[in-house]
Amino acid sequence: MGNRQTHPRTFLIPAFVVMGIFFFTPTIYNFVYAFTDWSSFKAEINPVGLANFESLLSSGTLLTSLRVTLVYAVLVAIFQNLFGLGLALLLERDTRINRFSRVMFFIPVVMSALAVGYIFQALLKPAGALNQLLSLFTAEPVTTAWLGSTTWTIVVVALIHAWKWMGLSMLIYLAGLKTINEDVLEAARLDGASAWQTFRTIRFPLLAPAVTFNVATALLGSMNGFDIVQATTGGGPAGSTELLNIFIYRTFGQGLFAQATTMSLVLFVAVALLAFPVVRTLRKREEVL
Amino acid sequence: MSTQAATSPTTTGRGTRQRTKAGGRHGIWSALQPAVALLSVLLLIGIPLWMVLITSAKPQGEALNPSLTLPSEWQIWENYSQVFTDGRITPAFFGSLFIMLPAVFVVLLLGSLAAWVLARRATRGNAILYSLAISGIVLPPAVVTVVLLLRQIGLAGTAIGMIAVYVGMYMSTVIFFVTGFIRTISVELEEAARVDGARPIKIFGRIILPLLAPVLSTATILICLYVWNDVFYAFFVIGGRIDTLPLNLFQVASAGLYLNNWHLIFAYVVLMSLPLLLVFMFAQRRIISGVTSGAVK
Repeated sequence: MGNRQTHPRTFLIPAFVVMGIFFFTPTIYNFVYAFTDWSSFKAEINPVGLANFESLLSSGTLLTSLRVTLVYAVLVAIFQNLFGLGLALLLERDTRINRFSRVMFFIPVVMSALAVGYIFQALLKPAGALNQLLSLFTAEPVTTAWLGSTTWTIVVVALIHAWKWMGLSMLIYLAGLKTINEDVLEAARLDGASAWQTFRTIRFPLLAPAVTFNVATALLGSMNGFDIVQATTGGGPAGSTELLNIFIYRTFGQGLFAQATTMSLVLFVAVALLAFPVVRTLRKREEVL
Repeated sequence: MSTQAATSPTTTGRGTRQRTKAGGRHGIWSALQPAVALLSVLLLIGIPLWMVLITSAKPQGEALNPSLTLPSEWQIWENYSQVFTDGRITPAFFGSLFIMLPAVFVVLLLGSLAAWVLARRATRGNAILYSLAISGIVLPPAVVTVVLLLRQIGLAGTAIGMIAVYVGMYMSTVIFFVTGFIRTISVELEEAARVDGARPIKIFGRIILPLLAPVLSTATILICLYVWNDVFYAFFVIGGRIDTLPLNLFQVASAGLYLNNWHLIFAYVVLMSLPLLLVFMFAQRRIISGVTSGAVK
């Protein structure tokens, strides 16, 4: 194995210096400036203790945004994995049509999330293309405001997020399906297992590494979501889809830097607390096999 | 798979296996599957993309409520040339390019250099450094205070500041992918060169770096996707100072939504998506195999 001469520690320095300055220092700043009155309205910055947390808690914004973000992340993780796995099973065989379909489903992954948000805003308008199609099939005018419900719009934006990334989950599930040994499946088939039994008891458990990767990246990645929700609802209606990042973006624009920093700290702590148990539970499930 | 069964009616394991699969209870599904696949592509991908393309060619009056019908009057040239000037497409394209290229180059180089040492020297200290180095994969960057930091060091609103922030953010992704990959490469290759008296930096450049091509292309694809399409971090760091494609889309759309100018918004969406879509169309086979090889080990 390597030692001081063959693999010098100095090679670590450039990477750690850049990360230290531009990633870790701002993170440490979060723990400092969340307790100050930093804003665009005055020149100096003074410590204010827990005042930012108190005002965000008493106005209810902190808990609402945190809840909205968690609900969004869980919904995205569920939908993205259902769609991704469904597509992978549908397009599993290596035919020309399936290869073409996989490429098509990867297009949204390549597109800008902001652009995807605008596309769905137009599709889902009360007079938009989706309602026009539904009117055609049901033979009566449909004018559902898909992005206008304070209860269900969060589900709709999570579905859009899942639509954008389902192609990536699909590819990872396809790679996972390829690693499963044909002989195991053949043995199950000879024992008279149905397609559903084979899937539930053999193929799905063997997909564990792909599930770990997909669930963890979808869940933790969408905690940090912004573009799609900003482009479809901007946080509305009535703040029902206001993710932490949308709140941060909005209050930063108003010059309330300390409040934005406080929410940024809340997001950091929430993701950090969630990351360890999520990754550990999923890994443990892999080890059982 | 099923073609093999049809052409080789042998009694080998594989042949019989395929025949049982093609016949019997899987028969109906095999016949239906191509239709189901194409129908889902049409409904889930075809309809949204068709709406974008068709609306971007319509006059404003017909684009108020974007639909799937053809325009009564094609207005392709007018719409696209208008967003080309209003959305400052040319400076935005080069702004995006001149931020993405150095960011990707630097993060890949510094990340691989560090990953080589972290992969080859298995000490307890390095294990801690490795966990620290990959923590950025899940932890969200502190987007507000990074602005303060850039002001303090005089890089606020500059391309160099933006590049440095991206390098810091995606270093973890590179180190994670590359360290895992180097552990699968045999050390003997390096040792042979070392016997010949080559210095570490030369061994890294001549032997290790070329071997990393597959994993570096995966990382390049992912980081290019993130940086090229990023609007959130760009808004905080360079918003209003430097044009990039997503920042200008945000601007065009914020003005356009107010006036219901969907024809212009979608013309911009088409223009901005073209570069990455063209790259993807030409390199889709490599991209798809690259992305999948990195994720599941």
